[in-house]
Amino acid sequence: MANIDTGGGKAQKGKPKKITLRVDFTPMVDMNMLLITFFMLVTTLSKPQVMEIAMPSDQKVEEDQAPKVKESKAITLLLGGEDKVYYYPGKLDESAYSDYTVLKETTYSSNTSNEGLRSILLERNENAVNRMRELKLERAEKGNKMPEEEFRERSKDIKGDMNALTVIIKPMSTSNYKNLVDALDEMQICSVGKYAIVDVTDGDRFLVENYKTKGAYGAAHLAPRNQ
Amino acid sequence: MAKVKKHNVLIDMTAMSDVTVLLLTFFMLTSTFLPLEPVRVTAPASILEFKVPEYNVINILVDLQGKVFVSIDRPEVRMKALEKMSDEYGVTLNDRQKKAFLEQPFIGVPMNRLPAFLDLPLREQDEAMRQYGIPSDSTNNQFINWVRTAREIDSEMKITIKADQATPYPLIETVMKNLVKIKANRYSLITVLRGAPEGF
Repeated sequence: MANIDTGGGKAQKGKPKKITLRVDFTPMVDMNMLLITFFMLVTTLSKPQVMEIAMPSDQKVEEDQAPKVKESKAITLLLGGEDKVYYYPGKLDESAYSDYTVLKETTYSSNTSNEGLRSILLERNENAVNRMRELKLERAEKGNKMPEEEFRERSKDIKGDMNALTVIIKPMSTSNYKNLVDALDEMQICSVGKYAIVDVTDGDRFLVENYKTKGAYGAAHLAPRNQ
Repeated sequence: MAKVKKHNVLIDMTAMSDVTVLLLTFFMLTSTFLPLEPVRVTAPASILEFKVPEYNVINILVDLQGKVFVSIDRPEVRMKALEKMSDEYGVTLNDRQKKAFLEQPFIGVPMNRLPAFLDLPLREQDEAMRQYGIPSDSTNNQFINWVRTAREIDSEMKITIKADQATPYPLIETVMKNLVKIKANRYSLITVLRGAPEGF
């Protein structure tokens, strides 16, 4: 392949001698391999992923236009420091602030057997989770022939259901960026369609401080007015 | 004893060479170079599998200390944004500095330091940039002006935020609040992929 025959037949007088020209391609292969390695390392073959989020606008919403959420179907997550999450269900009355046990502590644990964040959300959002699972099964049975729009439309229906869970995420100043992304990720896993990132209020800070000191802080300080 | 005949084994490497050249061509055509980032950040993991938008993106890089760097991928938008911003802040740049601006993928110095920064060789720019970052405090919010200007030029531009996973939340919050101020409520957070749990 890599050789060229010059001349041919019988060697005749005056004609050049038959030489077989052989080109060694080994260095060429070496160089190519090096270049391939280089390109493989510098290219972004596995591009990073993105998480789409929509933040609430800072404009004031009229009272009657504000979205209504069932109190029993809401849960507030307070993302604290040291990878801890505090949560309370529904809305707290002013009288409840003095009781430190309204707040519960959990972790970002993904283990569904213990009381991690995921098991809490799954339990409260059971209906939507099951329906999403059915929808995915249905899509798998159809051999992925369900159009993407139909799937999106139906999952939106399930997640936006009146009885689906609403999660309010309040990252405290001690939390970090990973905590926020972890919490948002949990929303995807647990099929929570309605969630919002909201600022921490003085009341929330009071609650956490009170919880940490097991009521001692609450006894010494006055609970802030509920906003 | 019979003498063993010496064989000169020659392997023909032509075919191998063909294969490597093909592979090389493939990698060269499919590759996009990783933009050199002034600071190294570790993005948090997520199960989502949406890919980063490839074109028309404003990428905001936030480091551990909350320093902000902005990159605008389209050179024509970047050039126009630079012209508007230098008008606004009264900074004049010569042609050579403008050219240097296009070569540097990230914007990361205050406007008043920009001419001196662009006079540095490209190699030293990263080091210099790391010390500054774009000011994003309320008195001198150049960061949001860059983003706003870019979006005025092309309102279709998507915004992505890349931040280190250990960044304290208040630093991220300032960036997010700033974006809400210019009504850029939708944006993407860059994450790395981790496997989705079974059965969800």
